[in-house]
Amino acid sequence: MTDTPTLTFAFMDPPFETGRTATFFRLLDICARRGYHIKVFAYEGAVALPFSQQKPHANAVHGRDASEENHPLPKDWIAALTEEAERNGGSLNWVNCGLCVDERGVNAAIDGVSRGSPADFWKLAAASTNSLVIPTR
Amino acid sequence: MKALQIVEAAYRGTIEEQDDTILWLSHAMKGVGADLTVALRGNAVNYAVKGQAAGGLTFGNWHQTQPPDIEQDLTSLMEKGIQVYVVEVDLRHRGIPTDKLVTGVGLLSFDDFVDLIEDSDRIWHW
Repeated sequence: MTDTPTLTFAFMDPPFETGRTATFFRLLDICARRGYHIKVFAYEGAVALPFSQQKPHANAVHGRDASEENHPLPKDWIAALTEEAERNGGSLNWVNCGLCVDERGVNAAIDGVSRGSPADFWKLAAASTNSLVIPTR
Repeated sequence: MKALQIVEAAYRGTIEEQDDTILWLSHAMKGVGADLTVALRGNAVNYAVKGQAAGGLTFGNWHQTQPPDIEQDLTSLMEKGIQVYVVEVDLRHRGIPTDKLVTGVGLLSFDDFVDLIEDSDRIWHW
């Protein structure tokens, strides 16, 4: 038995659209640094967050090439947070809603991301210390 | 575990998804034994108005043959044993009379809403 909290999040926003995405990842970052066990159920547009084919780009307006721009990619955030959680004795378990993936064609996900269903969200939440849903508005 | 699904964002992608995604999520979780209650608040109280018809969408030669049917989705939820409520004050603010509501949908005062929250193990506000 452990006293380490397990927290389940449901998130709906797609990448590069709202400020909620970065805020959500900030919450995950706090959890990862504390070594919590983090469960994420990505619903609807959020299933594109771990899409492995995201590509950084240069930005002529900024006057920087792709390397200098270091464009943020949510798939890299997920990978970094997974490492951070594990480094601190925790974990990050990311479940993509499978039907949401199919309708968007974003099947290619980074390693560690699993395909699931609303049943997984229910089970994860039931087994967690607490849960938080962050919907699209 | 008892979970309260509070639905506030209304008509979010309902045409594309052919349903409300949170009502759909509730259906799917009920299928694995979830103990759920649904409370419609804000603009989502309009989901409980019977007789809505979202058909007829056409783009060029493309026709949507299966439009969303929120009334049926709510009725089906209730048939599965999920109680559906609307927050009464939100209904009143929008001028929606109670005789326009889908049969079986309950009215929730703010006091009742607080009780419902207190009785639930998880509160999911969408």
